[in-house]
Amino acid sequence: MKVLVPVKRVVDYNVKVRVKSDNTGVDIANVKMSMNPFDEIAVEEAVRLKEKGLVTEVIAVSCGVTQCQETLRTAMAIGADRAILVETPADLDLQPLAVAKLLKALVDKEQPGLVILGKQAIDDDANQVGQMLAALADLPQATNASKVDLAADKVSVTREIDGGLETLALSLPAVITTDLRLNEPRYVTLPNIMKAKKKQLDIVKPEDLGVDVAPRLKTLKVAEPAKRGAGIKVADVAALVEKLKNEAKVI
Amino acid sequence: MSVLVIAEHDNASIKGATLNTVTAAVACGGDVHVLVAGHNAGAAAAAAAQIAGVAKVIHADATGLAHGLAENVAAQVLALQGNAASNYSHILFPATAGGKNVAPRVAAKLDVAQISDITKVVAADTFERPIYAGNAIATVQSADSVKVITVRATGFDAAAATGGGAAVETAAATADAGKSSYVGSEIAKNDRPELTAAKIIVSGGRALGSKEKFDEVMTPLADKLGAAIGASRAAVDAGYAPNDLQVGQTGKIVAPQLYVAAGISGAIQHLAGMKDSKVIVAINKDPEAPIFSVADYGLEADLFTAVPELVKAL
Repeated sequence: MKVLVPVKRVVDYNVKVRVKSDNTGVDIANVKMSMNPFDEIAVEEAVRLKEKGLVTEVIAVSCGVTQCQETLRTAMAIGADRAILVETPADLDLQPLAVAKLLKALVDKEQPGLVILGKQAIDDDANQVGQMLAALADLPQATNASKVDLAADKVSVTREIDGGLETLALSLPAVITTDLRLNEPRYVTLPNIMKAKKKQLDIVKPEDLGVDVAPRLKTLKVAEPAKRGAGIKVADVAALVEKLKNEAKVI
Repeated sequence: MSVLVIAEHDNASIKGATLNTVTAAVACGGDVHVLVAGHNAGAAAAAAAQIAGVAKVIHADATGLAHGLAENVAAQVLALQGNAASNYSHILFPATAGGKNVAPRVAAKLDVAQISDITKVVAADTFERPIYAGNAIATVQSADSVKVITVRATGFDAAAATGGGAAVETAAATADAGKSSYVGSEIAKNDRPELTAAKIIVSGGRALGSKEKFDEVMTPLADKLGAAIGASRAAVDAGYAPNDLQVGQTGKIVAPQLYVAAGISGAIQHLAGMKDSKVIVAINKDPEAPIFSVADYGLEADLFTAVPELVKAL
């Protein structure tokens, strides 16, 4: 069985982004970019399934600018066998529905038994692509997975839900999105980074897949969130209680 | 023009986030209809009919809808949307685990973009939503004929749970898609207020050191304040607290009246989940901890002495 793992290049999770002064977006020029943390977990899970002998090939996919090749090389250094970049122009606002359509076209072509995605990207915080892909390809879905048990013709997935955990059984092929606690992604080693450079990376265009990637939502403005008023430091617990009771009046 | 809200419920009662979603729906304009899709969920449908501002409740009952499976609930919503008599201009879900699971599926089938986690309705086609872990607020405009939206509960006041008098109409349930099935669940026992709806939250971090210490230090404070308990990702990953207590970008988004962060450094991802709280108190022994930059009241102290002292002083 093949596994398809879509990965996204995003601003590194440690970077505190700044809103551009003209309110057109956030400034991501010269900012450190990395693989979306949830996608690392997805790649790791796919590679573990391969190591268990349940999966024959892991294909990493990314949609976006030329530099996404670096993200795909990282995925291959973790253990993906080959990669596909759907290259889009740098000035295009690529939105979840368009990505889901591109992935649907690749699912049709590659016929994977399983697609594993991150539950959300930490830049747009949308949490949509996995579900949309499942809908377009008419596949069952299990989002926010914290445990995956793969068998020959079905997969059992434990999901993180509000209030606890829930287990679902899905027929294959299926779409799974990863939550933080699914696994601990491995560090890539230097020899594996070198080997990843030799792995196959195909580049296609949205037109080749017959997908219209025009944005559906127009971003009118991106603004800084409202600033909180400056706080104070209190000397001791007694002062804190006094402030909470008499100044903030919250207890 | 009418607006459809997909209720979050446990078959017996309506979950709190539904009430905030109704408020957002009213802001979109038009009649507000609420869909209660479930199994033996008559009680939940009756409760939905009591919500102020709701014009009609649509109740769909089938075994396949019992556990909110995305495939079946999405099909049910699409069946309603396909019905020419309704044809909703907006379809709103609460941005809970359940809503986030189903909404994009509905949007993709309708071939429209989905707008996630809105915090404000600017106009019927324009919404505000946080991006980059809440470090920027995007105003987005949708040109799609149907707006499929998830609503961040803390961005809207809750609609009154009583005072409404909507009619409950039964809709034909769609057939089970048969591609997924519910196996079981493990719901954490919790006598405390629900985290996302609590007025006061006390939250612990890595500095607690162990599950025993977490319970020993945080529980008395929560009891004293009638508060819900939250945790940082570090505390959850270390096993001090269960996953569903995690507050942050990838956990729950909360905005209580009072948020007490004990032994939490204040990483970007944690702040994303709590920085809209009315009053934030930080107890941390590291004066450089970023949490102090958002705290209204900061106490630089060892939490193992400060928290018990606080319990005593209350």
